[in-house]
Amino acid sequence: MSDTTSNTAEKLTTSDGKPLKASFAKALRRQKMRALILIAPLLLFVLISFAAPIVDMLFRSVQNEIVPETLPRTVTALESWDPASGELPDEFVFAAQRDDLIIAAERKQHTRLGSRLNYEMTGMSSLFRKTGRRVDDFGEIFTEQFEDLNGAWVEPATWVSLMASEDWIAAQTEWASADDDTVAEPAFEVSEAAKEALPRTAEIYAGFANVIQTEDEDSPTEEEPWNPVYAALYGDLIANPDAAANYSGATAELLATAAAAVPDFEATTAREEFIDADEDWGSLDVWQTLYRFKGPYTAGYYLAALDAQMTADGIEMVPEDQRIYLLLFMRTLVLSVVITFSCLILGYPIAFLLSHLPLRSANLLMILVLLPFWTSLLVRTSAWKVLLQQQGVINDILVFIGLVSDDGRLALINNATGTVIAMTHILLPFMILPLYSVMKTISPTYVRAAKSLGATDWTAFWRIYFPQTVPGIGAGAVLVFILSIGYYITPELVGGTSGIFISNRIAYHISSSLNWGLAAALGTLLLVVVLLCFVIYDKLVGIDNVKLG
Amino acid sequence: MKSKSIILALAATLATSTAAYAEQMTIVSWGGAYQASQKNAYTDPYMEMNPDIEVVWDESSNEAVAKLRAMNEAGNVTWDLVDVVAADAMRLCDEGLAMEYDPDELLAPAPDGTPASEDFGDLIVSDCFIPQIVYSTTAAYRPDLLPEGAPEPESICAMFDTETYPGKRSLEKRPINNMEWALICDGVAKEDVYDVLETEEGQDRAFAKLDTIKDDVIWWSAAAEPPQLLADGEIVMGSSYNGRWFSAIVEEDQPFKMLWDAQVFDLDGWIIPAGLPEDRLAMVKDFVKFATDTQRLADQAAYISYGPARNSSAPLVGKHAELGVEMGPHMPTAPENSENVFVYNYEWWADYRDDLDAKFQSWLVQ
Repeated sequence: MSDTTSNTAEKLTTSDGKPLKASFAKALRRQKMRALILIAPLLLFVLISFAAPIVDMLFRSVQNEIVPETLPRTVTALESWDPASGELPDEFVFAAQRDDLIIAAERKQHTRLGSRLNYEMTGMSSLFRKTGRRVDDFGEIFTEQFEDLNGAWVEPATWVSLMASEDWIAAQTEWASADDDTVAEPAFEVSEAAKEALPRTAEIYAGFANVIQTEDEDSPTEEEPWNPVYAALYGDLIANPDAAANYSGATAELLATAAAAVPDFEATTAREEFIDADEDWGSLDVWQTLYRFKGPYTAGYYLAALDAQMTADGIEMVPEDQRIYLLLFMRTLVLSVVITFSCLILGYPIAFLLSHLPLRSANLLMILVLLPFWTSLLVRTSAWKVLLQQQGVINDILVFIGLVSDDGRLALINNATGTVIAMTHILLPFMILPLYSVMKTISPTYVRAAKSLGATDWTAFWRIYFPQTVPGIGAGAVLVFILSIGYYITPELVGGTSGIFISNRIAYHISSSLNWGLAAALGTLLLVVVLLCFVIYDKLVGIDNVKLG
Repeated sequence: MKSKSIILALAATLATSTAAYAEQMTIVSWGGAYQASQKNAYTDPYMEMNPDIEVVWDESSNEAVAKLRAMNEAGNVTWDLVDVVAADAMRLCDEGLAMEYDPDELLAPAPDGTPASEDFGDLIVSDCFIPQIVYSTTAAYRPDLLPEGAPEPESICAMFDTETYPGKRSLEKRPINNMEWALICDGVAKEDVYDVLETEEGQDRAFAKLDTIKDDVIWWSAAAEPPQLLADGEIVMGSSYNGRWFSAIVEEDQPFKMLWDAQVFDLDGWIIPAGLPEDRLAMVKDFVKFATDTQRLADQAAYISYGPARNSSAPLVGKHAELGVEMGPHMPTAPENSENVFVYNYEWWADYRDDLDAKFQSWLVQ
C-alpha cells in the first residue's frame, strides 16, 4: 500500500532508474535460482534414486490394476450385474470373460492374475490356471459348424477381408511387397463397418490380431482365428441377422448365408463351457470376489495388513487363527521399547565414564565401543548364537558355577530373549555416542557448585547433571528405537518364532511369497507407526531437545 | 587436442568393456556345496573348452522369482541362466518369465541315442524346466544323543515322539513338508494326505499334531542350520536336504545317521530367462547342451549326493571326487533309501500356499 501512495520522487531507484525494491527482488531471485541450479543435480538424484522408488513401492499397496488390465471386458460387463442378487452373472459376462481369458492366456498373464486373486480367495489361482489351459477350446463347436457351412471360414484371408480396415489392408500389402524383415508388419486395425455390424467379433478379433502380431510375431493374414472368435461371430449373427448389409463383395454373401444358417446351429453358452472347465465358475463366491476386486485400486492389502478382509457382507476380521500382523506390530513396538531401555541402562554409565576419564583412557575405551560397531552385523549375530545356545558358552558357565542344573539349561536364543540381547548389543553404540557427545559438553562447574551449596552426590547428579543429559538420551533413544523397529536380519537369525519382527514378514512377502502389495501395505503402516512415535515423542520431550553433539 | 584424445581413450575403453561383457555369462545358483559341484562338473570344463567365455556367478536362486519379476518389470534382464527348484520354474514359466524349450532340440541325447525328452522322462515337469538333479528333504539324528535304551528311530514319526526321543528337533520354517509329515504320523495314508489337508478339519488335525512338539522345535530357514545344530548337540534330530546331511556325515565325519523315511523328493534344474537377445541366447543354449549331457550330470554326482536327472547318467555315477566314497548308496534315489518316498504336490501347494502360510505363521507366533 505504501508504495502506491508514496510520492514517486521519494522512491529509491537504482542508477538505471528502476525501483530499488524491484531490482533487489530480482537480484535475490537470481541468487535463489543460482543456488537451486547448483543443488539441482543432488536434488534430482535424491528424487530419482530415493523418493521415487519409495513412492512407487508405497503405491503398490493400493494398486490393483492387474484385474482391470487383464480382464477389461469382464470388468465392464460386471457393472451390469448385481452381486447381491444371489444369481450368477448372465451370458454376456461369461462371454466377455472368455474373450479376456483367451487373450490373457496367450499373453501368460492369467496366472499372475490368479495369484493376485488367490490372496483374496483360496483356489482362484488354480481356477485361472486350469481354465487358462482349456479356454482355447471354448467355442470349438462353432468353429466346426462354420467350417462345415463353408470352408472359407477357416481361411485367414476371409477374416482379414471381413475385419480389417481398408487403410490397414493397403499398408499391409505395401509392407508385404517390400519384403523387408527388419520392419514389423503394421499394427492391425479393425474397420468401422465390422465394429458396427459385428461388435463382439470385431473386439475379440482385434485382440487376436494384436496377440498374433506382438506375442508370436506372426501375421493375422496367415493364422486361423481362435475358437472364441467363432463363438463371438455366432453371438453377433444371432443378435443381428442383417449384419451382411454393411459389407460388399464376397464376404457379404458369406456372412448372409451364415446369418441364415446360425439359428439351426448346435449351440453352447460360454457359461456352460466355463462351468464345464471348472465347476467353481458356478460358485457365487468366485464372482463376488471378482466383483469386489475389479477396480484399479483396492484397500485389500491394507485390510490384510490389519488382519481384516473384505467379504460379501462388508469388512470383517479374519479368523482368529490367521491373525498375525497386529500381534507382530505390537511385538515389534514392545521389544523395540525394551531394547531402547536396555541400551539406555547399559549405555548411560559407559558414556558417563567415557566423558569423565582423562582423554587417553577415554580414547582407548572409545575404541572398545567402536570396534564391535565396525564388525559385520552377521558376524556379531552368529557369535551370539554360539554364546547363547543351550550347549553354548554362557549356559556351560552357568552350569559350571551351579546356577542352573544340567537339564535346566536356559533358553536364551531362538526366542524374544535372544532378540533383545543381540539387538541391544548391536545398537548400543548408537546410544553411547550421542550420550557421550552431550555429556562431553556439560561443564563440571554446575555439579561442583551444587555440591558446594550442600547437595549430596545423588542430588547433584539427579537435579543438576541428569537434566542436562536429556537431549542426549532423547537422541540416543530415538535413534535406537527407530533403528530397531526396522531391523530384520538379527531377529530372523536369533528370534526363533517369538522374537521375530514385522519387518521379517515384509522381507518374506518381498522375496518369498511375492505378495508385494501386502509388503508395501505393511511397510506403509510401519512408516506411519514410526511417524506417530515421532509426533508423540515431540509432544512429550520436544524434538528441539534432541542433540547429537 | 588433449580432451579429444581423452574422449577417444574413453570410447575405446567403453568399446572393449562392452565387448568383454558380451562374453560373460551370468549363472544364478544357490552357492555352497551345490554351486561348487556345478562349477566342478560343468562350468570349469566348459570354460576350459571356451576360453573366451567367462562365467559370472550370482547366488540368488532362493529369490530368483522375485528378482526375475523385478528385472522383467524394469525391462533389463541381466541373468543368462538360472538354477531353480521345480515349483519356481513352473511359476516362472506360467508367468512367461522363463523361456519354453524343446528338449530334443536343446538338450543332447543319451550316448545310446535315446532322445533327451525320453531320457529325462517325467522329470521335465514344466515346458521351461531343464532338470538337473533329484534331491530330497529328509531327517537325520545323532545316535549318541538318544536316551539309553531307546531304539534307533526308523520312521519320520520319531520327530513327533518326544517321549521316546526327548530333546529339541529342527524343522523348516514353512508349512510345506511339515504339514504332510504331521498328517502321515497322525495316521493318514500317504495317498490321502492332500485330500485331508484340503479340508479345514484336516488342517486343524495337522496343526494339532504339530502342537504336540511345538515347544521342542527350533525352526530353520537356511538348510545349513540343522546340521550345525545337530553337531552342536542343540537338537537330537532335524530335517534338511540330503546333500547337506551327506556333506556333514561323509565329508565332515559327523556322527549323524539319516532316516530317509518319508523323504520328500523334489527337483532342481535350469530355466533360461525369456527374451534374451540372440547372441546371449546362443551362448546359453550351447552351455546348457553341454552341462546337461549324460556325462556331466554323472560328474556332478561325484561332488554332491544328489541324483542326476537323466536315466542314462545313473549307471555312470561313481565315487566321490576327493574322498573316493561310492556315491550310489548316498543318493536319495538309491533303492534302499527310496523305500518310502513322498512326492509333494506342486499344484496343490500353488493354491494353498498363501492360505496355509498365513495359518502356519500365526500358529507359530501364537
